[in-house]
Formats: sequence, C-alpha cells, structure tokens
Amino acid sequence: MTAPTALAAHCASCHDCGLLCRLPAGSHAGAGCARCGAELHTRKPNSLQRTWALVLAAMLCYLPANLFPVMTVVSLGQRQSDTIFSGVVYLLTHGMWPLAVIVFIASICVPVLKIVSLISLLVSVHRGSGWHPVERTRVYRLTEAIGRWSMVDIYVVTILVALVRLGNLATIEAGAGAVFFGSVVVLTMLAAESFDPRLIWDRAGAARA
Amino acid sequence: MACPDCDLLQRLGDVPEGSRALCPRCGGLLRRNPRNGQERALALTLAAAVLFVVANSFPFLSFEMKGEVTETTLMTGIVDLYQQGKAELSMLVALTILLAPLTQIALLIYMLAPLRLNRMPWALPLAFRLLRHAQPWSMMEVFMIGILVAIPKLMGMASVIPGLALWAFVLLMLVLAGATAAFDPESVWQRREARR
Repeated sequence: MTAPTALAAHCASCHDCGLLCRLPAGSHAGAGCARCGAELHTRKPNSLQRTWALVLAAMLCYLPANLFPVMTVVSLGQRQSDTIFSGVVYLLTHGMWPLAVIVFIASICVPVLKIVSLISLLVSVHRGSGWHPVERTRVYRLTEAIGRWSMVDIYVVTILVALVRLGNLATIEAGAGAVFFGSVVVLTMLAAESFDPRLIWDRAGAARA
Repeated sequence: MACPDCDLLQRLGDVPEGSRALCPRCGGLLRRNPRNGQERALALTLAAAVLFVVANSFPFLSFEMKGEVTETTLMTGIVDLYQQGKAELSMLVALTILLAPLTQIALLIYMLAPLRLNRMPWALPLAFRLLRHAQPWSMMEVFMIGILVAIPKLMGMASVIPGLALWAFVLLMLVLAGATAAFDPESVWQRREARR
C-alpha cells in the first residue's frame, strides 16, 4: 500500500502559508491558495532542471574560487596572495589549528559536500530510486542547513580589508577568488532551495508499489 | 495538512503550546507552537531593532598598530570592498549582514505590533512571502565566526580592540534567533481566518 499523499488526493499545500488546498479538476495552472492567494503547485516548478543548472554553475565557479587568490596583503611594496587553501595552511603553521579546522570545514568540506550530495540526490530521483528515503530527506535538510556556513571566508576577507588600512605600511585587497567563492555559496544555496524533497518520496512510493 | 518535505497527508490536531509536531514518515517539521509565541517574538524583535541601530552606529572593531588606530563600523568593510571594485562581494555582504536582518526585523514588527493591538496588518500574505525569502539570507551567526577567525590572524601584527557595536551585534544575533524561533506563522493565519 502506498501512503496517502496530497498529490494523489489532488491537493497541494501552499508553499507560502502551508494550507492544504483542493486543486480544481482539469487544468490547475494558475490556481491560487484559498488563504493567502499564492499560486499553487503540487511540486516546485521545474525543480530538477533548475537544481541541475544551479549545481553545474556552482561547479564551474568552484575551480576559479580555489585557484585565484581570495585576498592579497600589500605590505611595504610586497604583495602576498592567499588562496582559500593557503589560508588554511597559514592558520595551521601558525599554531591556530582550531581555526584551521573551522575554515577547512566551512570553506573546503561544506561546498564539496553540498555539490556532491545535491548531485547524488538528483541522480537518485532521476533513477526512481526507492533506497532509504528517510535518510535521503535528512541529507537534503542537512545540505540546506549547512550551506550558509561557507560564507565564513568571505566575512574574514571583509573584516581584514576593513581593518588593515595603514597606507604604505600594509593594506589588504580582496581577490577574484573571493568573488567566485561567493558565487559558489550563493549558487549552491539557490540550488538547495530549488530542489523539492517530495520528489524523493514520489519515486520511492512508485518504486515500492 | 501535507508534510512540506514528503507530501504525506495527515490530520494535525491541536499542537499544545510549547511543543512541536513532526511528520511520522520523514521527520520533517510540521508545526511549532512556542509558549506565548507572539508576545515573545514581538518583545525580542523590538529589542533587536534597538540593537540593530546600536550595532550600526558605534565602532565595531578598532585596530591599533604602532600607535595608529583605525576604527571601523559594520559599513566600513562593505564600502571598502565596493571601492576595490568588488561590487558583487560588497552587495553580498551587505545583503547578508544588513539588509536581510533589517527586513526580518521590520516585517516581524509590521506583523506582530498590530496583532498585539488586535488589528490585522495590511498585505499580510506579502509580508509573509518576503519574510520567508529574507530568512535564509540573514547570516549574522556566520559573520560572528568570521570575526573569530579574522582577529587571531591579525594578533601577530597589531592589537584589535572590540567596540560597543560588536557586543550589540552578538546580542542582536541571539535576540533575532530567539524571535524567529518564537514566531509561529500558523497561529497568525488562524487569527486572520477567525476574524473573517
């Protein structure tokens, strides 16, 4: 027996206020929520296509984000550039290993994990997998929750740029890597938002029935 | 109602105050009904509004090197990034630590203050929609971690002095998180339905 879903009962819950609405028979394009007037969708529209597009764009930005410097310290005419990874190494070699761990997790692990988990969720939905839907939903919720923490490095650069302005003595400039890195964070956040976890259950239910 | 995460249809009875309802199939959050949610959310949001003003008008961090002191506010980094030709970054930072929190505070007051006085705010659905879109982009707690990483990096070079705005910012982060946790949209919708 398959579990009763709103989709099977010709209903949709409003994505703005959560009210369960009965969909009009036949074409229900443009039907509105009875309580708040938002347009009703049984699933997020074009969820898979949008998520794929955003994840692929994030992957494209990921390489330059790690290869270009995120910031450059200009001190007495000398320039020293730091990438995301060399920033972690700097913290590690200067005895600040707790901070190195934080930055390593936030800036290197989290973006990779997000991209990998979104792609595996997408692939599992495409293949109509009925494998561990509860765990996959949990992976999705985790992906959505951890995305914001990658912004740490962007903020570190912002704070350093603001504080170190000593004219010829020392200044810090933000680099191109930071722009790409910010794009990765924003694109993966948008990708996680456009993925619809109910698709996991649609296929899982169909596979089991 | 249907679970927002897995679409399972279920009948949700009254959720007692101070508890929450989870989906039996996927464990997704169905509804949270905090004790005195609306009063608590309003009180905390008003506190957040005051702290927001303090956090933005006083020095945030000062940097002292060989007797030279550089004072910065929250805006300084945003302006500097813009001047270095990194407009996208500057806007991203402005959005996540200024604009999104400000939108959250403004919308919560806009919705909760009239309700406290037993009036219905105008354009409630629009306010809810904006709030739902502003929330994920408000990243003050991430900014705090950014400060924790940035300060030790400078310690070898010079001394960093925390300003009044930094403490206001820490409190603002906690208070706004509390307000968000205490706010239950469903109870607002139900009050609106009851008045119709």
